[in-house]
Amino acid sequence: MSDQKKKDDHAFRLSRRKTLKGLVAGVGALALPASTASASVWEEFFQRHFRELSKKELKDVLARLEKDYSKQYGKQVSVKATPPIEGVKFGYGLDLSRCIGCRRCVYGCVAENNQSRDPQIHWIRVVQLEKEKGVDFDVAEHYYNPKKVPEKGHFYMPVQCQQCENPPCTKVCPVQATWQETDGIVVVDYNWCIGCRYCMAACPYGARHFNWSKSSIPADEINPDTHYLGNRPRPIGVVEKCTFCVQRTREQPGRYPACEEICPVGARKFGNLLDPESEMRYLIENKRVFIFKEDLNTRPKFFYFYAT
Amino acid sequence: MQLREVWSFYKGTFVLIGKGSKAYYIWLAALLSLMGIGVVAYLHQLNSGLGVTAMRDQVSWGFYISNFTFLVGVAAAAVLLVIPAYVYNWGPIKEIAVLGELLAISVICMCLMFVTVDIGRPDRFWHLIPKVGILNFPSSLLAWDVVVLNGYLGLNLVIVVYYLYKTYYKRVSNKAFTTPLLLLSIPAAISIHTVTAFLYNGLGARPFWNASILAPRFLASAFSAGPAFMIILFLLIRKYTRFKIKDEAIHKVAELIAYAIFINLFLFGAEIFKEFYTGTKHLAPMEYLLFGLHGHSALVPWIWTAIIFNLFAFLIFLIPETRNNHVTLVMGCVLIFVGVYIEKGMGLIIPGFIPDVLHEIYEYAPTGIELLISMGIWATGLFIFTMLLRVAIPILNGDFHVADDGVGSYIGDQLFLVSPTAKPTPPPDKPPG
Repeated sequence: MSDQKKKDDHAFRLSRRKTLKGLVAGVGALALPASTASASVWEEFFQRHFRELSKKELKDVLARLEKDYSKQYGKQVSVKATPPIEGVKFGYGLDLSRCIGCRRCVYGCVAENNQSRDPQIHWIRVVQLEKEKGVDFDVAEHYYNPKKVPEKGHFYMPVQCQQCENPPCTKVCPVQATWQETDGIVVVDYNWCIGCRYCMAACPYGARHFNWSKSSIPADEINPDTHYLGNRPRPIGVVEKCTFCVQRTREQPGRYPACEEICPVGARKFGNLLDPESEMRYLIENKRVFIFKEDLNTRPKFFYFYAT
Repeated sequence: MQLREVWSFYKGTFVLIGKGSKAYYIWLAALLSLMGIGVVAYLHQLNSGLGVTAMRDQVSWGFYISNFTFLVGVAAAAVLLVIPAYVYNWGPIKEIAVLGELLAISVICMCLMFVTVDIGRPDRFWHLIPKVGILNFPSSLLAWDVVVLNGYLGLNLVIVVYYLYKTYYKRVSNKAFTTPLLLLSIPAAISIHTVTAFLYNGLGARPFWNASILAPRFLASAFSAGPAFMIILFLLIRKYTRFKIKDEAIHKVAELIAYAIFINLFLFGAEIFKEFYTGTKHLAPMEYLLFGLHGHSALVPWIWTAIIFNLFAFLIFLIPETRNNHVTLVMGCVLIFVGVYIEKGMGLIIPGFIPDVLHEIYEYAPTGIELLISMGIWATGLFIFTMLLRVAIPILNGDFHVADDGVGSYIGDQLFLVSPTAKPTPPPDKPPG
């Protein structure tokens, strides 16, 4: 879609909104019990899709969320909506020959991205595979729990959102609550998702997770630096996923994703695929790289490789 | 259509549905209490989240979506009656085609309810309304399903309400209006089930569903189970109400079921051959379903029950003697209905997720809450169907029509549900004895 057409669509939707607001208000009045509805509940109910918000509306939404979260967790929580950086397309590299299966990335991700502790949600799944069989998930052990890793005869493969160039999850969403941003990151508008879980059925990597119950995060463990499309606390009944730590990686100067930073053996690499000088480009050009389930034509931007 | 006429028609129907025999009230009370239980269970689920179900990230759709899928087929099968009735103008079925359309309406309502209880944020349903929210059409097959299901519901409502309204006022339906709509309802019925099949079919991540044979199998199984359900209903209706249904019509439907079951079994066999002979890694879900995988075999007893039921039902419908004998016919209908309910419900949805995309096996079985909510929805569907029949049957029988003054209603059928022992009642014009 050309930029001009996008703008036209946007303007069209804005005018359309006003005329239809009354209808939604009427229906909404039936759906929400008046006694429990505070002003912010109503604002949330009527909130429009993230990409349809004007600058002013977005500012109000972020302020409302900051107020709600700060109250809920008893400390100042910031919610930003930093847009993608032009000329950047993020890619990730994972060195299977180095990974020792310690799962530090899993828990580093949980802490950084405010995942629910109970019920437990993990955006990264590390599976134990057998060296003799290679990447054969039939023998994958998901819940390995030895005293010490790595175990003899095994290697480990972390799986998280592969940030596909051709994402099967976004095209199935019935309300466009999930989409790919220009920097290649697939995001979810947690305030627009209706929780139908069609995207979870469509994802070949098990990268999408549902809030089956109210998420619980101890107040002293909350990460107050959040992004609207990333690690802000998620409401019940919506889908969430890895965003390559959008709250870190889009800043200037940016920071590495939490999983990359925490890896004790340097198995994780991250960078701009459009920058010929980046480490990611070096890896792709010089190492034996493969992508997971390449036959599905999802074209992941998550590259597995064997450096040694 | 004048507004005053419309109003007096609706007023009449409200009076009518309040009238009935003791059996009618008991039936409604039973349904209402099951619906009440369902509502309480649903409130609990709304309050606690979908965590009260057995669904988890590995198996993210379960009993609700299984019921939904099966019922879309039942709704689609109404077309099986419309085709011979209107296209070939075959009398005996034409009289009961209206009942098929009423069933389609009730069942589509159930489908919409099953989807509603499955979504995490029903308060955001308005996001699906085109123009108000954002309906991701044509990219999302779920958006297609929203369109075709609501379209099919609307189409059937218009056809049936128009026809009953005209009959109530003793007028002849305008063929130029009804015929195109009836013809449209045939592709519409096929489309609801095809689109629902495509919804699963189009996912490369799920090899169990990603088979081109899925949509044809959906239609074949729907045209087995849907009409079987209707035959049971027809036999009940003609036993307990004043509505007459000819044997010919029932036998014709039974014959059509025989073809449908045969095609269904053939397609199933074709799929079994392809999966097992090729023997790729994509065989895993099929293996899980039929024989169990790595010691997990929750669905195995169910699917074999379904296969045996389907085979027995096929024999019953194949042999004219058993097909036309109403005892064996009912048996066959129950067998195929249950068989397809298992096969097209849990037997289709759950293996899509087991093993999951990273080959983890999480065995799913619905929780009590899921069963109670589903029971409530089935009761609601039957309640809607009963209400529709309560109005339609007297209209079709000529027991409910506009009164001679042209304003009020004449209600000739005060009881609706009557005990079969009280029948055959002597015609009212002949004094008993």
